[in-house]
Formats: sequence, C-alpha cells, structure tokens
Amino acid sequence: MTMDIASREPQGTQMGRVGEGGMDEEKEEAYFVASQWRLMWWKFRKHKLATIAGPMLIFLYLCAIFADFLSPTVPTARYTDYKDAPPQLIRIYDREGGLQRPFIYDIKRIVDPKTFRRSFVLDTSVKFPVRLLAHGEPYKFLGLFRTDLHLFGVAEGPLFLLGTDSLGRDLFTRILYGSRISLSVGLVGVFLTFTLGLLLGGLSGYLGGVVDTLVQRTIDLLVCMPTIPLWMALAAALPRDWPTLKMYIGIVVITSVVGWAGLARVVRGKVLSLREQDYCMAARLAGASHMYIILRHLLPSLASYIIVSLTLSIPRTILGETSLSFLGLGLQPPVVSWGVLMRDAQDLSAVAHHPWLLLPAAWIVVTVLMYNFLGDGLRDAADPYK
Amino acid sequence: MLSFVARRLTEIIPLLITLSVIIFVIIQLPPGDFVTLRIQQLEMAGTKLSEAEIANLRRQYYLDIPPYQQYLVWIRNIILRGDFGMSMQWQRPVSELIGERLALTMVVSILTLLFTWGVSLTVGIYSATHQYSFGDYFFSFLGFIGISVPGFLVALVIMYLVLARTGVAMAGLFSERFVQAPWNWAKVADALKHVWLPIVVIGLSGTAGLIRTMRGLLLDELQQQYVITARAKGVAERKLLWKYPVRLAVNPLISTIGWLLPSIVSGEALVSIVLNMPTTGPLLLQSLLAQDMYLAGSFLLVTSALTVIGTLLSDILLAWLDPRIRFGGVTEEA
Repeated sequence: MTMDIASREPQGTQMGRVGEGGMDEEKEEAYFVASQWRLMWWKFRKHKLATIAGPMLIFLYLCAIFADFLSPTVPTARYTDYKDAPPQLIRIYDREGGLQRPFIYDIKRIVDPKTFRRSFVLDTSVKFPVRLLAHGEPYKFLGLFRTDLHLFGVAEGPLFLLGTDSLGRDLFTRILYGSRISLSVGLVGVFLTFTLGLLLGGLSGYLGGVVDTLVQRTIDLLVCMPTIPLWMALAAALPRDWPTLKMYIGIVVITSVVGWAGLARVVRGKVLSLREQDYCMAARLAGASHMYIILRHLLPSLASYIIVSLTLSIPRTILGETSLSFLGLGLQPPVVSWGVLMRDAQDLSAVAHHPWLLLPAAWIVVTVLMYNFLGDGLRDAADPYK
Repeated sequence: MLSFVARRLTEIIPLLITLSVIIFVIIQLPPGDFVTLRIQQLEMAGTKLSEAEIANLRRQYYLDIPPYQQYLVWIRNIILRGDFGMSMQWQRPVSELIGERLALTMVVSILTLLFTWGVSLTVGIYSATHQYSFGDYFFSFLGFIGISVPGFLVALVIMYLVLARTGVAMAGLFSERFVQAPWNWAKVADALKHVWLPIVVIGLSGTAGLIRTMRGLLLDELQQQYVITARAKGVAERKLLWKYPVRLAVNPLISTIGWLLPSIVSGEALVSIVLNMPTTGPLLLQSLLAQDMYLAGSFLLVTSALTVIGTLLSDILLAWLDPRIRFGGVTEEA
C-alpha cells in the first residue's frame, strides 16, 4: 500500500499494514489528506541530522543576539598583563579544598632564558572565584540600556575560556560578538539574493522575449566569472574609510551579487515549464491576472526548491564574508567578525605558538555544517519522488 | 557537430567583450588611481612630486585620458599586439608576470580537477553499491565536512599541524633550493612533493559535492528495470555496474565540469594566497590592493576567459557524448 513504488522504504512499513485496525487506517487517511507542508514536515523529521541542525542553529543565533550578556567581558577590553594567554579552564576541584565553587587559577608570565619567548605558567597558589551574574565591564544590552551584568565573570583574574590574542583581548568574547556580524550577514545576504533571484528569474521565465534574453545573458555573464576573484575585485573597490554599516552593506551586496544568478536560472526553468501547464491556461481563461497566477499557482510549486536553495546559500554568504575579511578586503578591525578573527590567525608563526587563535574556525565550521544538514534535510523532505 | 561548435563559439565572442568591459569598470571603481596611491606612498616616504612629474606619470600610464579611451587602448593592445600593458607595481610587462604564474595555476587546476574526478567517481560508486554500509556513512560524513569547511581553513589547519609536528613550514610550491632554479626534472619532482597539499585542499569541497551527486545518480540508475533484468539473466555484478549505469550516471557529471572549473579556479585563488604559492592568487590580491589596473584587469580577464573556454570545452564534450544536446532536443536537466 505505497504511493511510490520505486522508494526503498515502502511507506507501508511505517504506516502499518492495511486493514490492521482503525488506528492504521486513520494514519493512512491522515497521510493522504495531509497538506504539502505537513508531508514535508514528516519527511523532514526522519532526517536525523537535520533535526538536530535546527535547534543548534537557533542556539547559535540566540548566543549571537545575547552575546553581550553571555560573554564575561567586552571585545575591546585589553588585559595587558595577559597578552597571548592560553585558554583557561574553570575548575571546581582542587587538591586542597576538594569540590568547591568554580574558580580559576592565576597565570604568571615567564620568559624562557634561552629563546626569550614569553609563555604562561599556571600559578596554583592564587585562586579567583568565578561568579554567576557577575558585574564586569559596562556595556549596552542590545544597544538599549547600560548595564554591567554578565552571565558569569570574575572580579579580577584571567577568565579567558579560549585564550587571548596579541593585544590581550578575550577570544571567547570576541567570537560571540563576531557571531553577530557573521551570522546576520548570511540572513541579510540571502534576503537580497532571494528577492533578486525570484523577481528576475520569475519575470524572465514568465514574460519571455526580450526580458528573458536580457536576464539570461546577464546570468551567463555572472556565472562564468570565477567567484572569489570577482569578490576580491569588488571588495577592493570599497573605500577603506567607509563607516562600518556601509562596509557591512557593501559586503552583503557583493556576496549576493553572484548568488542570485543560480537561483534565477532555476526559477526561470521551472516557471517556463509550469507556465505551459493546463491549470495555468485554465486560470487565464477564467480571467485571472498574471500576478494572481504567479502568486497563487506558480509560487507554491517553486516554494520547496526556493527554501532548499536559500538554506544552502546562507553558508555560502557567510563563507564569502569570512573569506573577504580574512584577506583584509572585507570588514576591518575594530569591527569583530569571524573573518577578522581568522585574519589574526593568518600569521603562521603566531599560530604555531598560539594555536587557540584558530578556534573561531570551529564556530564557522559548525555553523556551515548545520546549515548544510538543514538544507539536506529540507531537500530530502521536499523531493516528491523518494 | 561542427555547426554546434561554431554556434557556441560565436556566442562566446560577445560574452568575452562584455566581460572585459565589466572587468574594466570594476577595476576602475576604487576612487583615485594608481598614480594617486603612488603619490601617497612617496609623500609618506618624504618625496614630494612636482606638478609636471605627476602629469608625466599620468601620461606614461595612459591615465590622463578619459576612461573609455583607456579601455580602448587596453583592448587594442591586447588584440593587436598581445600586449597586456605594463604593470605599474612591478615595472614589468604584464604578460611576463601572468605568464610565469599562469602555467603553474593551470597545472594545479587541472591536477585538482583530475583528483576531484578520480576520487569522487571511485568513492561515489563505492557508496552507491554498498549503500547504508559503514563505508557509505563514513564517506557521507566526510563529504559533509568537505562541503562545510572552507578551503583556506583547511589549509591553515594543515599547515599548523605540519609545522607543529615537523617544524617545516609547508608554504610555497618549492623547497628553498628550487625556488629560483631553472626548470629541470629535480624541480618537477620537488614540486610534485609539495603540490599534494594545495590539490587536496582546493579539491575538497568539489570532491564532496561530486561524491554525493554521483552516489545519488548511480543509485537512481541501479533501480532501473534494465538492471534488474540483467541481474535476473545472470550478468555478473561488476559488468552489470560498469556497462550502463556508471556511464549514464557520469553523463550529468560531465555537464557539471562547467561549474567545477570556475569553482576550482576561484578556490585556487584563495588557497594559494594562504599557502603563498607562486600562482595567480597572491599576485591578484596585491594588484587589486595597489590598483595596478593593467595587472589586475588582465588577470581577471584571463581567468574569466579560461573559465569560459573551459565551459565551452565541457559543453562540446557533453554534446559529443549525448546526441540529444547536439540536435537541440533536451537542453538542461532541471
């Protein structure tokens, strides 16, 4: 009792066999009358990786929104005593006192007499207690009101969960603040790509003729230029001294300028094939306007593909911003983004001695991985032939 | 077949022309030009140029004529004399600068392409035939990692690991001895020893995507009726696999070379900057930052032209393989 004979997992096995009690018949009934979205949701849930990707991404975005509260300090605070400090663990156990409230050890700077290299060594004689809801550096919560309450922090001492950089700034804080920019770039850029791609692709497919040819040639042009050199050239065109917001918008525009081409091309193809369908002709004969047909009939058929394509292009945008900032062509310090943080890790000798500078990469990888899982799950869910 | 090729060639000419215009516009976008930057540099170093000297510099680099004339001069030189202009930064002909690096870039790109193809096909076929096995899941997982981790990140991490373990900085394509040496077999061997890192890093994301595609396509093919029939008639599994399904599954892959090549060329740019290889990437970055118009513009033009030609070659290859395309039947798989 399956709808798709070619599928490897006959739906019947999970729905129960036909005629085995009213429960299964109800389930089948539900399956048949379920809307497109319901079916997609059920299919989506089967994809294990995708189901963890969603909550994970929500978690990352929440961390980004509340970054200022969650981090123990502010990204511009320099702890000159602790430059290039390695990551510090928050401990709850030590030999003398046993299990106790969380604390951190102090670290002392020593200079190696032979190589003159500076490094840090743990000083277990000094303990600094770590407090929940501690008072620390003042900041503006969500840009609204001034406060100095942090989720956790120390009154004094080296609370550097992921170490510090060469100027003594806490890396963990900077990563959290950086996630604001890097994660939002993905969303904003995709919004732009979506609008452009859908509009131009849809118009091109629906209207045909001159509009179609024009848009097609533009798309061909954009596709055949290698992406990263194109981004580099455009980013180099942005004046170095632009204010941060303008620079941010500039980067977003650049990274979406190529993305929309792919979306538009596929939208055009699908619109072209759908346009000739009988139901469109029937709608025309019944007097529907072009706009009505596009919105009511064509768009829902495209919806699943659009969703998948958008989900998969968000990580591309994020990686684009990261790459550009990494090369020095994108956002500049003091703005913090993951790409800017990776820029600090570009110097190989610095990384060799302070490998924790590579840690922002972990955030980048996890974000992109989660988006890819999500997109993969959505694609499987939206595919009607499996 | 010939008419198909001729048609595609005529389509390319206007494409290249439009490309050159766009590239020229992009290079000119940053405010000021090379001379203003040079003046700034000289002033910071303490030298001040007189009006006459500035005007002279401008004239020397053709910067005193309106932009559209600059463009025409540039194009005329390229087409008529094969002269890509003079790099303002390096004071050498652009064709020399690009030439020495372009060959290496192309070699690395082609090797990456071969690597990507070889690995993806093998792993894809294995995954499809041993579906749901440990190997399948393992490669799928690797594939996801491959798509998610950006190339330059992998390059950085690998360089760090190699440095931490062996104390050798893996930058560049040649060891110390061979950098300036003329080309000989020893140099080639040395390059081959170093080239595996860039190839793996650049090819990683392409390989991952291709593996998944190949696996999906082959799985679809293996479910077809003719496979079941052949199996029922007693054809050996291996022959069954290779005679039709693989060939049919490879078909769409060939059409995607058109996408693979641009991504390899552009990925190569980023990774080579990180790894400090003597290919086009680092030079492009420097020329863009310095607004060295002829160098940057010619670079972009040459890279785009290579991509276009690569796409053309892949289209021809596909048309040769699939007669439907030659005769204008099926245009694209949605």
